[in-house]
Amino acid sequence: MPGILEDKDRIFTNLYGRHDWRLEGAKARGVWNGTTEMLRQTPEWICDQIKASGLRGRGGAGFATGVKWTFMPKQEGERPHYLVVNADESEPGTCKDREILRNDPHRLIEGALLASYAIRAHDCIIYIRGEYLQEREHLEAAIAEANEAGLIGPGNVHGWDCNIRLTHGAGAYICGDEMALLESLEGKKGQPRLKPPFPAGSGVYGCPTTVNNVESIAVTPEILRRGAEWFAGFGRPKNSGVKLMSASGHVNRPCVVEEAMSIPMRDLIETHFGGVRGGWGNLKAIIPGGASVRMIPAEQCEEALMDFDDLAARRSGLGTAGLIVMDKSTDIVAAIARLSYFYKHESCGQCTPCREGTGWMWRIMERMVTGEAEPKEIDMLLDVASQVEGHTICGLGDAAAWPIQGLFMHFRPEIEARIANYRSRRANVPGATLIAAE
Amino acid sequence: MSVRRLAKDQPASFAFTPESLEQARWWMAKFPPGRQQSAVIPLLWLVQKQEGWVPEPALHVVASLLSMPLIRVLENVTFYTMFQLQPVGSVAHVQVCGTTPCMLRGAGDLKHLLEARMGPKDHRTADGRFSWEEVECMGACANAPMVAIRDYYYEDLTPAVLNEILDRFAAGETPAPGSAIGRQCSAPDGEARTLTDPALYDGSRAAPLTHLPNMPEPAAAS
Repeated sequence: MPGILEDKDRIFTNLYGRHDWRLEGAKARGVWNGTTEMLRQTPEWICDQIKASGLRGRGGAGFATGVKWTFMPKQEGERPHYLVVNADESEPGTCKDREILRNDPHRLIEGALLASYAIRAHDCIIYIRGEYLQEREHLEAAIAEANEAGLIGPGNVHGWDCNIRLTHGAGAYICGDEMALLESLEGKKGQPRLKPPFPAGSGVYGCPTTVNNVESIAVTPEILRRGAEWFAGFGRPKNSGVKLMSASGHVNRPCVVEEAMSIPMRDLIETHFGGVRGGWGNLKAIIPGGASVRMIPAEQCEEALMDFDDLAARRSGLGTAGLIVMDKSTDIVAAIARLSYFYKHESCGQCTPCREGTGWMWRIMERMVTGEAEPKEIDMLLDVASQVEGHTICGLGDAAAWPIQGLFMHFRPEIEARIANYRSRRANVPGATLIAAE
Repeated sequence: MSVRRLAKDQPASFAFTPESLEQARWWMAKFPPGRQQSAVIPLLWLVQKQEGWVPEPALHVVASLLSMPLIRVLENVTFYTMFQLQPVGSVAHVQVCGTTPCMLRGAGDLKHLLEARMGPKDHRTADGRFSWEEVECMGACANAPMVAIRDYYYEDLTPAVLNEILDRFAAGETPAPGSAIGRQCSAPDGEARTLTDPALYDGSRAAPLTHLPNMPEPAAAS
């Protein structure tokens, strides 16, 4: 069983900003070391190394990064290639990319140069969420430093011209979806495009584009420096590597930490997050992947491993590995109802099932919280959820349905008791179904 | 979706200050020729930085600067929730994160405090100096609960601490943002358990690397 990661194997050595994030400090920690040598190899070699490392995208979906890069055309044609870095971190419970952006920006810039070369792009755009102002200032300053030092930009010392630019969003969760992000980059409202065409065929400005998460890009130089086997040596097969994980909610020491993949969830919580508030026995449930996955109840948290396949087998998901921990004092129905409000608020309004369904689900959830819902509304709610799930252009519909499905999969008797209890104290509960549909 | 409309009372005109205009041109130059529309969010953000909110006449200015139809600018400003469509508190506009991770750690108490102090959300106080709103996840979940004031994050809050921060804003100060309990970014509270190995920071990682693992033979020979 993989143990606790040692300091020497951590990639993000300035995760907490205890050291200098600027160029000189970053160089002293080994960033920009051997970059020239990497860019002397062929793009195919780089893609092969990343494939061999088993790196799966760190933005939540877990698609193999090296494979994604090979989807790009092998030769640059009339249309320039683009690398777009998705720094629009908005998933509730997730705050890992933020630490890279503000405390280790040069790792991201080095990775962006390398990935641009691997997909034969001379243009890279980093799209950061608008609220991350300090992070934007740091990254903008770091890009300016790198340009100044001739590390990136035209005629740089590495021999691959690469223009890295930073732009920002303005508070739309949906722009974390790659197709919505591309729309937003083009100056439109962030409503996801249909696939196909996929970004590698027609992305930003209709040009071949690869969209990657910040963490996926930022770890690639270190993989080449230390070798694919080193990275693949952590975690179970197909789930390899090291990964930034975080906890929020009812743990004693919430924080962001870098750990080996496939670490047991309980180990992670006890070692790094100071345990569950009130002890492990006080745990009720955990939403492991940011908000957009199904929760897992305490008994399963015992054996769960922090990787894609184990959590998928539990009908949940690793997502971004941002744990939302809930102890027994939590009103778990209210916690999920708040997420339903979030998805209702953030739906872009393009697809009818999501635009209408997220509102329906939230309103029914609010009635579940008080217990005034009718018992049959539980099945109605799950029916609505299943009709939203899988029937939208992007994943927001799925993301809105899954937390609700997870709640009822594991805690249905609790909600039924709540409804019964509400009724037992009243002579009459007036027509619920009509309200739910309004 | 959130329903967002322009305010009824609008100023007669808007013009960028020379500094804002310079920044606007810098943003526009970031994008390839003919793709200036990409700068619409940063430009609207500059408007908000200058005015405190985004008034309607500014949309015309932005549209003509970027040579794009007015309706596209209007779509943007109503779609993206960071744009304030009506004036907010002149001293401090408090954005409190209310999504589940912050809610689990007491965002509700912060909301009660703000309501007691400033009245209902989305309204300015009578003197126009303060206002507050509830926003969705701000991405600082390991430092929950948090608020953003004047765009910077105040984290690990309790109602008492937030009250004190607001008192200081009211007195004309600008309290330093960050964790209220002295955490360094998202490091765990208390003793550090990771990243303590001095070998990470002694410069040994910077020793020039000339050979990469798994390099193909021909490249290694050259």
